[in-house]
Amino acid sequence: MEASWWKSSKFWLMWVGYIIAVAAWYASVKWLPLDSFNRLPDPWSVITEWFSPEPVYGVSIFTPIYYQHIFYSVYRATASFVLAVVLGVPLGILMAWSPKFDAYASALVGLLRPIPPLAWIPLAILMFPGIELAVIYVTFLVAFFATVMNTYVGVKSIDPDYFRAALSLGSKPRDILRHVIIPGALPNIFTGLQIAMGAAWFSLAAGEMIAAQYGLGFMIFESYNLIQFPTIVIGMATLGIAGFMSSAIIRVVGNKLMRWRVQSFGIGG
Amino acid sequence: METMALSGELVATGLRKWYHPKGQAPVHVLDDCSLNIEPGKLTVVMGTSGCGKSTLAYILCGYLNPDGGQVTMDGQLVKEPGSSRIMVFQETALWPWMTVLQNVVFGPLARSSVSKEVATQKALELLRKFGLLEFKDKYPGQLSGGMKRRAELAQALINSPKVMILDEPFRGLDVMTRELMQEYYIKLFEETRLTTVFITSELEEAIFLADRILIMGGTPSKITHTLEVDLPHPRTFDVLASERYLEIKKEALEVLYGDSMQDI
Repeated sequence: MEASWWKSSKFWLMWVGYIIAVAAWYASVKWLPLDSFNRLPDPWSVITEWFSPEPVYGVSIFTPIYYQHIFYSVYRATASFVLAVVLGVPLGILMAWSPKFDAYASALVGLLRPIPPLAWIPLAILMFPGIELAVIYVTFLVAFFATVMNTYVGVKSIDPDYFRAALSLGSKPRDILRHVIIPGALPNIFTGLQIAMGAAWFSLAAGEMIAAQYGLGFMIFESYNLIQFPTIVIGMATLGIAGFMSSAIIRVVGNKLMRWRVQSFGIGG
Repeated sequence: METMALSGELVATGLRKWYHPKGQAPVHVLDDCSLNIEPGKLTVVMGTSGCGKSTLAYILCGYLNPDGGQVTMDGQLVKEPGSSRIMVFQETALWPWMTVLQNVVFGPLARSSVSKEVATQKALELLRKFGLLEFKDKYPGQLSGGMKRRAELAQALINSPKVMILDEPFRGLDVMTRELMQEYYIKLFEETRLTTVFITSELEEAIFLADRILIMGGTPSKITHTLEVDLPHPRTFDVLASERYLEIKKEALEVLYGDSMQDI
């Protein structure tokens, strides 16, 4: 990146956006003549609580419990995501590559995919020993379907001439998989992974609210029950940061693997 | 490459092909289409767009099976694609995720016909010859249209094919680059005498390059006329001003004009 990134208007506009959002929050909590809004914590009380060595409600960057919640959420999101990639990418490739397998699996995927992840929670709790696996399973499901669908579309959208050229040069199926299908589908696969990661955080937070003892989703809901309102917002902000960072990591890995796209079209992180 | 000269006789007899688009009546593309590609010659197949030229090219390559008739190469029946008949596609078929060098060495490595060192050596020689040596580590997206086409030729030639089938290879290039590539290809051909099937819809390109022009026409189409182009080799753009060129062009126009009049 350029050394003068702070001179760019993009950087300053970003801060203008943040400031407007915080100001609107402050104004609605402090000045809106509605009781329901007046109960909410204002930005300042959230910040002081978040960075206080002795937080009123027991959760701040100085308390171990905060990191315990983060650890559990990150661990569950990562486990679900890795499972989704390991199972979803091969399934997507297989479906797109073999018409027979496609006919067999597409209908099933088409039927299961629209079921909202939260609808799985009761069954998941019954199926798995312990809450932990149930939450991971529910989180995994959404990430899995997003990965399968995007991998499938990615392989299908590869120009047929790329296959023909490889065939006429005498490629074996293994070479076609490694040199045509995977690299050709990679841009779509990574789009899918971004979506999968976002969806994973989304259903993870929901899953933790319903069935968990730790995790940011749990922390948010527990604070709500215990009327510890600033902690709710700390949990939400932490989820936002975690989601943003995981997307950024996927983007960086994607750009590393797809140097040809970065160099050919100037698509950079 | 020199040893490849004078092999690669491609004979098609009585090709028939239907397409079956979903929910529509079948389209009869080729009917009783026969042709004979002489080894060591540059044969141009000409016809209006949509007349089935690409279908014919795919059948000659072995990507498509005809519904009737057959294709033989040096007496052997063509059933599937193979590296003895390499096709250069209409739009660029370099893999965008491989560097120029990786694209060129792909064929020999995929067939494990030679070691990686030998393939790389050969690829670098070809790239030097095609003026692409300094671009060997670039990706296709970073090359100009003309460079891409030259890289494709290198990618094809490294496999020492017996026949090159080029399906409107210079389509989409600007006029200047197109002329340069035509000159480039005719030089390459004169050097190697690699049997070539060159498909185009441009008459001037056809006459400039061809030893023989096969004109496709009719619905369903077949080869309707054959024109021998006896312009001298080595060929340069000077021939475009020669009397013989104009005669051939007039003859070709009469044939093409006559055909299209019948269609109307």
